[in-house]
Amino acid sequence: MEIVNYFKAKTIEEAYEKLQEDKANLIIGGGAWLRLSSKTVETAIDLEHVGLNQIKETKDTIEIDAYVTLREVEKNETLKNLFSGIVSKGVNGIMGVALRNLVTVGGSIAGKYSFSDFITPLLAVNTEVVMYKAGKMPLEDFLKLRSREKDIILKIIIKKEEMLGYYYKMKKTGLDFAVVNVGITNQDGHYKIIVGARPSLATFAVKAMEFINNQKEVTEKVMEETAKIAGEELKFGTNSKAGKEYRTELAKVYIRRGLKEVTK
Amino acid sequence: MRINIEVNGNLKTYDVAPDDYLLDTLRADNIFSIKRGCETSSCGVCTVLMDGKAVQSCTILSVKAEGHKITTIEGHQKEAKKLSEHFGHQGADQCGYCNSALALTVHAMKDEIKEPTNEDIKEYLVGNLCRCTGYEAQHRAIKLCLEDDE
Ligand SMILES: Cc1cc2nc3c(=O)[nH]c(=O)nc-3n(C[C@H](O)[C@H](O)[C@H](O)COP(=O)(O)OP(=O)(O)OC[C@H]3O[C@@H](n4cnc5c(N)ncnc54)[C@H](O)[C@@H]3O)c2cc1C
Ligand code: FES
Ligand code: FES
Repeated sequence: MEIVNYFKAKTIEEAYEKLQEDKANLIIGGGAWLRLSSKTVETAIDLEHVGLNQIKETKDTIEIDAYVTLREVEKNETLKNLFSGIVSKGVNGIMGVALRNLVTVGGSIAGKYSFSDFITPLLAVNTEVVMYKAGKMPLEDFLKLRSREKDIILKIIIKKEEMLGYYYKMKKTGLDFAVVNVGITNQDGHYKIIVGARPSLATFAVKAMEFINNQKEVTEKVMEETAKIAGEELKFGTNSKAGKEYRTELAKVYIRRGLKEVTK
Repeated sequence: MRINIEVNGNLKTYDVAPDDYLLDTLRADNIFSIKRGCETSSCGVCTVLMDGKAVQSCTILSVKAEGHKITTIEGHQKEAKKLSEHFGHQGADQCGYCNSALALTVHAMKDEIKEPTNEDIKEYLVGNLCRCTGYEAQHRAIKLCLEDDE
């Protein structure tokens, strides 16, 4: 990546204005993913001093600013104890501490990375994204946005809700990207099933969720059938990490295991 | 761009380009304990401490270090000596290329976790690759070093 100018914004307004000035201007988070790109950036806009560095809690929510690092998310005690700790678990599996101390929540959401170990667990719980211009929307809607307008992610809001959670990243080596990842939650008998790194972006297994959520009792047979439906409805693909068939089988296995874990 | 960084307790002024990385800025200032490895945020040999936290100097832009405190192994000589003695006794190093980064990461871990378990140590050091040893000897050396502190 080549950067022509570097701008440390003092306010969000200032950052937003600068962002609109040139097509090749962009927001820089930790800069770790950008580093790997071959982009030429006219002005990199840094958010360190605009006041987006906090994790705030209300009675019902936990709000995480865009410039908070993934290491701070991982260490947050409330998140460790909510949803069986799946958000912390997801983040913990990303590279080493020295990278997680740099990479930001904003960069991790904005990138919509298909391999993301952050997005999958966040979809399994109730998460909203707050943008400077576009306002607040559910994470799943944000992931579908195809707007050409450049905006700034200000924070994410996670609802504090009682639920059991499961997250698994299947990877070949300790520091690798996921071959497939699975996030599952059970909130009072209502299940959410998310599969990421298929290798495309994480998504809900809608039909599988509909099936399991309509059962009177969730038996092992039901779990097996749910996993089978998910394997059939989701699109899996082949890349350098794994083949389509292998991914499909893995996802089914981890969905079954996850359902077992969150069904008490 | 002119930036100020406190490096090992000394206030330094550097002239940097917006896309210079801290690894290059510090090595150009003759701080050669910081090693260049993968340069893709993967091996950890370039690790330094920023405000006490381990970060990869090949990944952080120099401008992002402005106004922060950077520590390299030169800033932790006493502790590095102790750890390197344990490394020697345990056969935990060969070429030594990964050592300074590892020692700094151990320092950050001690600051962050009170009594790290075996699992904590392994997890904390997962991003510090060593091409020579098998990690077991390093683990023993780190444990002994931690016991010295008790
Ligand atoms: C070597 C390596 C391995 C990795 N492995 C994994 C892994 O296994 N699993 C995983 O989940 N992740 C992984 N990641 C991704 C990492 O966790 C981060 O998600 C990623 O680096 C982006 O965060 P950043 O702060 O570095 O963003 P940057 O690189 O700074 O920015 C990324 C993008 O987001 C935009 N952006 C940043 N902040 C904002 C904002 N506030 N508003 C709008 N746009 C914004 C930027 O303009 C840019 O387009 C890896 C990254 C690296 C470098
Ligand atoms: S040189 Fe920085 S992580 Fe490898
Ligand atoms: S001792 Fe050679 S890389 Fe670790």
